[in-house]
Amino acid sequence: MTELRTFMQHDAIVDLIGGMCHVIKKRLHERHIHDPAVIGIHTGGGWIAGHVHANLGCKDPLGLLDISFYRDDFTRIGVNPQVRPSRIEFEVEGRDIVLVDDVIQSGRTIRAAMNEIFDFGRPASITLVCLIERGGRQLPIQPDVAGLRPPLRTDEHIRLNGPEPLSLEISRSRQPRGT
Amino acid sequence: MHGRQHHNIQLNEEGGLRHFLTIDGLGRDLLTRILDTAESFATLPGRPVKKVPALRGRIITNLFFENSTRTRTTFELAAKRLSADVLNFNVSTSATSKGETLLDTLRNIEAMHCEMFVVRHNESGAAHFIARHAAPGVSVINAGDGRHAHPTQAMLDMFTIRKHKGDFTPLRVAIVGDILHSRVARSQILALNTLGVTEVRVVGPRTLIPTDARALGVHVYHDLDEGLREVDVVIMLRLQKERMAGALLPSEEEYFRLYGLTNERLEAAKPDAIVMHPGPMNRSVEMDSEVADGPRSVILQQVSYGIAVRMAIMSMCMQTFEADGRPA
Repeated sequence: MTELRTFMQHDAIVDLIGGMCHVIKKRLHERHIHDPAVIGIHTGGGWIAGHVHANLGCKDPLGLLDISFYRDDFTRIGVNPQVRPSRIEFEVEGRDIVLVDDVIQSGRTIRAAMNEIFDFGRPASITLVCLIERGGRQLPIQPDVAGLRPPLRTDEHIRLNGPEPLSLEISRSRQPRGT
Repeated sequence: MHGRQHHNIQLNEEGGLRHFLTIDGLGRDLLTRILDTAESFATLPGRPVKKVPALRGRIITNLFFENSTRTRTTFELAAKRLSADVLNFNVSTSATSKGETLLDTLRNIEAMHCEMFVVRHNESGAAHFIARHAAPGVSVINAGDGRHAHPTQAMLDMFTIRKHKGDFTPLRVAIVGDILHSRVARSQILALNTLGVTEVRVVGPRTLIPTDARALGVHVYHDLDEGLREVDVVIMLRLQKERMAGALLPSEEEYFRLYGLTNERLEAAKPDAIVMHPGPMNRSVEMDSEVADGPRSVILQQVSYGIAVRMAIMSMCMQTFEADGRPA
């Protein structure tokens, strides 16, 4: 049994992304990056990345990564039935990348995404942007820009629905797992 | 070799792929999933690093009892692009006294911790036999068995067709040549009908069309011009030259005159019809070079897509390993 509650709705999320873009621009400016390229992680990260891409006014098309074949638990969970091709239609070699995901928790998705990006070329830098940063990191990976750090219990799960409208939903198991 | 149990042996409890032995018994959803998964791999050649780490540390063995350099090479490349390690065993059939020796070979390779066999054999049912006797958690992929099936070839053909035509449902497809001895044709017919095309035609001389062809869900034509009329896809099959000796055919010249594909004869098909061939191709026997190298030929794309499709099938079979409870 799970309890569901809406945490945030479309307009508030879009406002939040707008605020994040402000911070992203500041970070990029500090690092003397003037021509970033944006890559989103399928699926939720891709939706957020679409907004970030438009807001930053990037010339290159938005890149999308499906990290299914790069997951460290691939042989346990297998091929994601909804797997779709990763699409990066610009030269990654030497570029400054803004990598966008919806929620960072363990950090494993970001590790997989960075591994995949390097198979497209050696970027000059990667700036990590996450809409939601939550606890539970298992790898030494932290976002450069995070939208929100909501206090979540370990048995609570947050997910982004979208792309139109966007909404954030928190679910919780009524009977917390024994471990 | 067509009993129900042999169909189900391919699937795990969740309905996912465990082995890939025949198209028979696999549903449209599963075939579509294979094609969808292959889309992800079809983009890899455009990248500086043309592989993914999905099967890192896994061992895949190509167990070929029948020579086929190209099929073996595309399987090997597919496995390597999934980051698996590959062993190639070319077993001489003449040295194999059937059954026992086959199992001995199998046990020996299993002892090397191989987790997937890609099997090619000149006897129908060989891959099923190995799948039934393989250790739990070992997957078997049929790379062609006798006259029975060549399901990965059929799936790469379906992928090529979908790339060019999008939707399967309105399509009319003609398969031309030696249907009788062709495991490729058998698998193609099953796949095309499962994916819901409008019509599958087989075209060829009476001596090379199985008597029960209609039971496969096809329309039979003995005249090439009629068989090609208004089709969207033309699949030419290789004429196995050894059949000439068996009096099934008069001569290569005669065959080409009746069933060889030329640009002129191709005019009967739709203007945007594509021409396919599973290879290896006998130029001026099955088709004219001007067709084989012409704008409607997608023969070389079939080879490229073959790698992506085999990657999809291999990765989908491998996922069921630990769900099968194989000790890590």
